[in-house]
Amino acid sequence: MIVIVDYGAGNLNSVKKAFSYLGAEIVVTDRPETLSAADKIVFPGVGHFSSLRALDHGGLRGALLEAASAGKPFLGICLGMQWLFEGSEECIEVAGAGIFPGKCRQFPSSVKSPHVGWNSLTVQPGSRLLRDLAQDSFVYYTHSFHAPLVAATTAATEYGLQFAGAVELGNIFGVQFHPEKSGDVGLSILKNFCEV
Amino acid sequence: MLTKRIIACLDMDGGRVVKGVRFKNLRDAGDPAECATAHARSGADEIVLLDITATSGNRNTLLDAVRATARSLFVPFTVGGGIRQLEDAAAVFDAGADKIAINSAAVRDPALIGKIAGRFGSQAVVVAIDARKSDRRFEVFIAGGRVPAGRDAIQWAREAAACGAGEILLTSMDRDGTQSGFDCELVRAVAEAVSIPVIASGGAGSARDFISVFREGRADAALAASIFHFGLEDIAELKRELRDASIPVRWPC
Repeated sequence: MIVIVDYGAGNLNSVKKAFSYLGAEIVVTDRPETLSAADKIVFPGVGHFSSLRALDHGGLRGALLEAASAGKPFLGICLGMQWLFEGSEECIEVAGAGIFPGKCRQFPSSVKSPHVGWNSLTVQPGSRLLRDLAQDSFVYYTHSFHAPLVAATTAATEYGLQFAGAVELGNIFGVQFHPEKSGDVGLSILKNFCEV
Repeated sequence: MLTKRIIACLDMDGGRVVKGVRFKNLRDAGDPAECATAHARSGADEIVLLDITATSGNRNTLLDAVRATARSLFVPFTVGGGIRQLEDAAAVFDAGADKIAINSAAVRDPALIGKIAGRFGSQAVVVAIDARKSDRRFEVFIAGGRVPAGRDAIQWAREAAACGAGEILLTSMDRDGTQSGFDCELVRAVAEAVSIPVIASGGAGSARDFISVFREGRADAALAASIFHFGLEDIAELKRELRDASIPVRWPC
């Protein structure tokens, strides 16, 4: 059972629909106890980093960290990936999980922000999530803040600078782009997650 | 490299796609879900579904079409037409849209942009602007292009962005349906005035027009209601031509 975490911000339909299309058993929840029963966890996110404050209510933050440290496959999407870092300049009062080092920052003024559209991935070998993905595959992005390149970066994207498009450390996976909106490439990434 | 997006727009009336009935391919003759999937398969980077009747009586028809279309579509999906308040937007998102497009309602009540963005994120809010050149400026029209709003398109685009819009869908009424090329002057003026992406619409007739609107118009994306009208076989062929002209596009799809 894959549990999609609903913390009350944004629209989770697309993520749910994509996993259902792949035949996965899906539960959407805002309850910490459901997370402990999950085999895998998907943490999607849209909007402002401050919306992650909602995790502190009702114990979701603790349950997410516990599940991640228990070795359950954990996929953070968009804001959900940014949360895996230490924090974001978008809202410095809200702490991230700190699983990856560094803070998310704005794009340089040389490019338009937000970064919206299809951009390519420079894929590092050895990723389980990006298994069999062609080099320079295109994925759909929509975000104003980006995570830094770290040792765990498995795919980088260029937009004014190089940033982390995907990260991976053991059972923890993060993607800044939206696999549920990235056509066949995105579906193959979600399928890889189902098979991890 | 960030690519230029090619967006296929389906105009829907009473649950059927109304443009495209002259296409030779039967798949384009009517069902929104089938058309959307076919466009995505042939390389559309995004799908926009516009309910052009948008009377309150057929909201359920629209929502059914959105549900059916979203089921098998895995590229960004925008829905517009008749969204007048937050609840309308919420129903469309609930049916499976990723973004909503608002036009007249945003002009009448710019705070609506922020209300929808506040709940669903700016990335989900597209403000559609219909503009026509008048003496010294580009004037905004609402109510399907029938009513002048008394506003300057560039100023309105700036205000919409400041209110929380994630993208601007800019239609040149002078060019719409003419296949005489996008209005690059209008598109460039708006694209340079806002930091959010601008989708050019109205006037697409050939691959050359797309090249112009990306180069001279500085558009981030270009939309066409019925790309098969251009004498091109499909979107894949358009993208091949763009790629040959060194316009960055998502290819292969």
